[in-house]
Amino acid sequence: MLCAQLLFPLSLFLGLSATVEVQRPRGVPLSKRQFYEEGKPFTCLDGSRTVPFDRVNDDYCDCKDGSDEPGTAACPNGSFHCTNAGHRPAFIPSSRINDGICDCCDTTDEYNSGATCKNTCREMGRRERESLQKLAEITKEGFLLKQQLIEEAKRKKEEKQSKLTELQAGKRDVEEKVEALRTVKETAEQPEKEAKERHLKAWEEQKAVIRMEKDKAKMAEAFLELDDDADGYVSVAELQSHAELDPNSDGSLTEEEVQGLLGGADKVDTSSFENIWGNLKDKYVSESQAENPSSLETAPEETKEPVTDNESEPYPEDDIGVEEDDEEEEDDDDDTHEDFEDKPQTSTQTPERSDKDEEAMPPYDAETQSLIDAAQKARDDFEESERALREIDDQVKNIEKELSFDFGPSAEFTYLYSQCYELTTSEYIYKICPFNRVSQKPKFGGSETNLGSWGSWAGPDDNKYTVMKYEHGTGCWQGPSRSTTVKLTCGKETTVTSTSEPSRCEYLMEFTTPAVCQEPLPVNVVHVDGHSDHVEL
Amino acid sequence: TFFFMVVDHVCQRSRGSRGLLNLGVCTRAVDRSNFKTCDQSSFCKRQRDIKAGQSPYRALLETMELTNSRLTLQLINDNNKVRLLLELYRLQGNMTRVKINELKPLKPRYEVPDVLIQDPPTEPLSVVAQDENGVVLSLGADEQRLIVSARPFRLDIVEGPKVLLSLNSRGLLVFEHLRLRKDTCLELCINYYVRFEFLLSCKLKFVKNTTFRRQKKYQRLRISPFAFLTPAGPTSISLDFSFPGVEHVYGIPEHADTLKLKTTDGGDPYRLYNLDVFQYELHNPMALYGAVPVLLSHNTERTMGVFWLNAAETWVDISSNTAGKTVFGKMLDFVQGSSETPQTDVRWISEAGIIDVFIMLGPKPSDVFSQYASLTGTQAFPPLSALGYHQCRWNYNDQEDVRGVDQGLDDHDIPCDFIWLDIEHTDGKRYFTWDPNKFSQPKDMLQGLKDKRRNLVAIVDPHIKVDSNFKVHNEIRSRNFYVKNKDGGDYEGWCWPGNAGYPDFTNAEMRAWWASMFAYDQYEGSMENMYTWNDMNEPSVFNGPEVTMHKDALHGSWEHREVHNIYGLYVHRATAEGLIQRSGGVERPFVLTRAFFAGSQRYGAVWTGDNAAEWGHLKISLPMCLSLGLVGISFCGADVGGFFKAPSTELLVRWYQAGAYQPFFRAHAHLDTPRREPWLFGPENTALIREAVRQRYALLPFWYQQFYNAHRTGQPVMRALWVEYPEDSVTFDIEDEYLLGRDLLVHPVTEEGLKSLTAYLPGKREVWYDVHTFKKHAGGQSLYIPVTMSSIPAFQRGGSIITRKDRVRRSSACMENDPYTLYVALSPEGTAEGELYIDDGHTFSYEKNKAFIHRRLTFNDGVLSSSNLALDSQFTTASWVEKIIFLGARKPASVTLKTAGGSETRVEFEYDSALEVLSLRKPGVNAGADWTVLLR
Repeated sequence: MLCAQLLFPLSLFLGLSATVEVQRPRGVPLSKRQFYEEGKPFTCLDGSRTVPFDRVNDDYCDCKDGSDEPGTAACPNGSFHCTNAGHRPAFIPSSRINDGICDCCDTTDEYNSGATCKNTCREMGRRERESLQKLAEITKEGFLLKQQLIEEAKRKKEEKQSKLTELQAGKRDVEEKVEALRTVKETAEQPEKEAKERHLKAWEEQKAVIRMEKDKAKMAEAFLELDDDADGYVSVAELQSHAELDPNSDGSLTEEEVQGLLGGADKVDTSSFENIWGNLKDKYVSESQAENPSSLETAPEETKEPVTDNESEPYPEDDIGVEEDDEEEEDDDDDTHEDFEDKPQTSTQTPERSDKDEEAMPPYDAETQSLIDAAQKARDDFEESERALREIDDQVKNIEKELSFDFGPSAEFTYLYSQCYELTTSEYIYKICPFNRVSQKPKFGGSETNLGSWGSWAGPDDNKYTVMKYEHGTGCWQGPSRSTTVKLTCGKETTVTSTSEPSRCEYLMEFTTPAVCQEPLPVNVVHVDGHSDHVEL
Repeated sequence: TFFFMVVDHVCQRSRGSRGLLNLGVCTRAVDRSNFKTCDQSSFCKRQRDIKAGQSPYRALLETMELTNSRLTLQLINDNNKVRLLLELYRLQGNMTRVKINELKPLKPRYEVPDVLIQDPPTEPLSVVAQDENGVVLSLGADEQRLIVSARPFRLDIVEGPKVLLSLNSRGLLVFEHLRLRKDTCLELCINYYVRFEFLLSCKLKFVKNTTFRRQKKYQRLRISPFAFLTPAGPTSISLDFSFPGVEHVYGIPEHADTLKLKTTDGGDPYRLYNLDVFQYELHNPMALYGAVPVLLSHNTERTMGVFWLNAAETWVDISSNTAGKTVFGKMLDFVQGSSETPQTDVRWISEAGIIDVFIMLGPKPSDVFSQYASLTGTQAFPPLSALGYHQCRWNYNDQEDVRGVDQGLDDHDIPCDFIWLDIEHTDGKRYFTWDPNKFSQPKDMLQGLKDKRRNLVAIVDPHIKVDSNFKVHNEIRSRNFYVKNKDGGDYEGWCWPGNAGYPDFTNAEMRAWWASMFAYDQYEGSMENMYTWNDMNEPSVFNGPEVTMHKDALHGSWEHREVHNIYGLYVHRATAEGLIQRSGGVERPFVLTRAFFAGSQRYGAVWTGDNAAEWGHLKISLPMCLSLGLVGISFCGADVGGFFKAPSTELLVRWYQAGAYQPFFRAHAHLDTPRREPWLFGPENTALIREAVRQRYALLPFWYQQFYNAHRTGQPVMRALWVEYPEDSVTFDIEDEYLLGRDLLVHPVTEEGLKSLTAYLPGKREVWYDVHTFKKHAGGQSLYIPVTMSSIPAFQRGGSIITRKDRVRRSSACMENDPYTLYVALSPEGTAEGELYIDDGHTFSYEKNKAFIHRRLTFNDGVLSSSNLALDSQFTTASWVEKIIFLGARKPASVTLKTAGGSETRVEFEYDSALEVLSLRKPGVNAGADWTVLLR
């Protein structure tokens, strides 16, 4: 490279009569050829200095802008032009000349490195043309589809708008109906309320009578029970056997206490008993019941016992099974404890409930019942009308929401609304519901993770509608909440083509849709490329 | 990578809130309660409770035996009558070795193997004088004497009338001898109660463990008195060293602390115990990932070193009589001679093993480095590519991602030699495998990088997934290569793959097998441009005590406590040997390790572990790597950008600028941080980073020559200023700037929003040239430097010649045949010298076939010449000299080039009279040839 080849005779071997032989220093594009005139002093392209022509491409950097070494790696800021006949011409940084890596498809960058490069321009050009052609076809078809989408969106929007107008008109009717039914309902409820109160009052009175009779019967029964000697009197001695009546609950029922209970008398007859019964009845326990003591108080202790046993039970030595479940077992203990605290409450509540059941209210009389039925019907009608109103409101809201979205300059993205698209990868199923949310679900079971809710269009200023941003998904450990960037490319199909997580919790989704297909250029790119190819030949 | 899934006793949780915290994660910085203080380390507390005073040890002079190579002598402890054996050696190269072991231990005590590169050659010791008080031995040169005092026992090394160093002068020689075990609870409780109070409530149940949950419980139970009971009782050792006249001590890495060691009175000693510390804190003596038990003392007259060869948990106490009045008072009794002499006292405490100390007597810093290198070897000479830029992240997601990063580097014209893959590239954290979906075609990926002349590093950690379908696990298990638990079963712990076994790397057979696993036909998908990274080799055990292995685990007959600090070295070694073997011994390996020990320099590179994206971490990377350089480990770097958290753009740029001038230059990032490839922060910052990386690449010939020098001589690449200016006390505390070799002074910007900084330019009779502007500055001054975002203040020493390759390309391999530019910076006397080293950049041919070029470049009396430094070497290079730039030169009338053939040619030149810069245009001589350039 000390005496680097100065000139690169382009098209030397091609020898077709149609081509022009253009001699220029290595690495110089045709467009700059006139600055490099052989034999004449060379002026750096920035004008900073002039050097003899033999210093062009002599592998030493003389110009600050690197322009004296277009074909060597001598200048840090130079660039090398590859013609790449058959493909696209390109500039590469000078540092890639003779670095052992094939950068130009025509191999011209590696003229002295020993690297064996293959001219791949034709192949690359062919492939690019093919893919461009394919792309052009897709774009063309996609653009047609897009027109349909735009039309459809327009129609849909109009539909929505007319539906909205319709709904809003209908809404006024329903509102009036609701008000009317409300009046009907209130009118029907007044007599219903009065009739119900009447019925309730009558029942309360009846209940009082029954209770009094029950009490009397109980008293008589108690008197007979207490009057052991059947002398028609309950004496101090006879009452003293009922320890539960002990007024100061000190465990002994003394004679004085009994006398106090008997209203100061030594014994009482049936009519006097009636006077003192009020003091006794709450505590009095029938002798027939006392023989089978109530289990209410001891019940909690019984439920507690197994737990206590469990805890005191020694862990079986060397028992792997038990050891393994140790942690869970401890958790079970906690659960049992909680159950235990709940139980007394439920067991004491049960008898009360049964008392109430005994005293069920009698059914309403026919007249009251018909008033109730009428009121109920008025209520049902009213609620139904309200529901209808709510439904209309919801519909209005939904349509308004949908209409508020930015579906693109021609509303071409409208069709994506309320649709969802999925892609299954090796581990996850990704789902995007455009303008709503993106999510991820493990393929083999597990719950769904929100990768972000619709945020905004986020493409570059001149191409805003090519990128969607979904934000504020499920939070990450020690990090931000998940978000997804969706890149839209032109395609005939609407589909998710790939997903990735380039940075923790920041997802990237590639999505094709006809809605981003641009109008194909009037001039055919493929043709131009083919043309230039022809020139090089 | 680091440990974050904290389980059970590591992340403390109260029983009351169980369930809620079952999968609890620690999000805070380092939880100090996870790591022991000296008080919580029973042996350290026991030892530290023993205060300086009269030593109970007495030398029994009548037992003295002197042979040609060593002197032995018995010591007796007058309290318990236990005898120790003292061995003294005078080693070649001005070193003394002091070994103390039990005279008759119940069983052998661990003596660290495989660290010394050979049995250190000795020199004869001779008795100069002897009486009943002691013996005086001659250490040869400079009237150096070793004085053994008998009652109490102490050692003093003197030179003429000066005491250089005293051992046991404070009576802190303690040797817990092996005893028969007494199985009384009382003893257990006394010895171990301090740390394990909670044990009293511990249910002692024997549990077989096969699942992790059981394992967890099992280990919780194992933190029982028995878990920390050594079979032969406590075995710790201690010895004190006094350095009269010394105020500065350095070394004993790894700590996130200042270059100059601090006194430890009133705080914890510096701890050496390889640990996986989650989000480590700066400026404290806590142990980190690696341990090199080497301490250097320095004053204006002499530099010395103490190498404490012990692989057990070690604590180092440092005190100084000049550090504070109270200390001064306490020390008075022990200070030799005048109380006005400053003195530094150092005390080493280790949990097990023997006392085996190498005293390196200097006297110059460079002498200490050669002395230490003669014991433990020098820095491995890395492949040139390893000195380039490394692009790493936890994790590059898949092959496509790797391709994208490779392309991104080219698109933004940022040179890079390596792309790295962290643990996620494997199939379920089974090392030596690839994720079948994300990395299904590793060879395609590697070939893609090879086509770009780039390389890849894939991580291989030393914990092996316990999985009967995993070949590596089955082989290790069937060959019985796993570390054992105290009951003889395979030790299992929790790490990245879940339940994992730990191969016993202390076993040479195991290492040989491990090395064989790197063969291309064993390690599927590997290729010659793939290298290795050993992480987690402290070893990290998520559910182990202090996130490491239980001390009673067994490596053959040795307990883990005895070998702990050397485990990581063995992993590194076995891996490096594997990479050498896979190429049939042709190619140099490149292996990065997190854990290290004395001697690890022989096997590759280290980095400072899981740092954070904070300015303080950027700043501390300088003293951390400087400390490693002092103890032989030159290939050091910190994660550029900071591992945890996301750096601000300014911090990231500054870190690239600093990292470009540190030996190991790798950007790395945690899994949970946003992407931070250099081009993601806008064109301006991309340009700043590109420029920093380009400066690195232009200097690669210089870096390579520095590493060759380190490999040959043991001199550090990255040097503290005092190393080169040992008499200039201003330099003793400097840690925000440093030298690369002797000639390049770097003061990176390590503070946020900085508009200017002050750099100290050492050397009163020196001059320094700004490498960016070529402006000349006088030495021996603090220079005020305004800085902008593009500033990386760096200065070339006047009197030096630095070779660069200014044609920066996308990887070091691409620059192989590129021409050199010589930067000849003239001293005030108008002279300069430097070296140039060239070889093939990646094989051992330089060593085996002497296939290299090593030239001396000198400039004297207007003549610059290149002469051969290695006449018997043979290598040809395509590289030539494209430019020679003289800094501080006068304008010559003419310049001629003379080549070996005798031909003389005129050389064109340019001269900038304002900057005194002379540029010679295209001398064009081959870089391997003899030539002279005459300035007239």
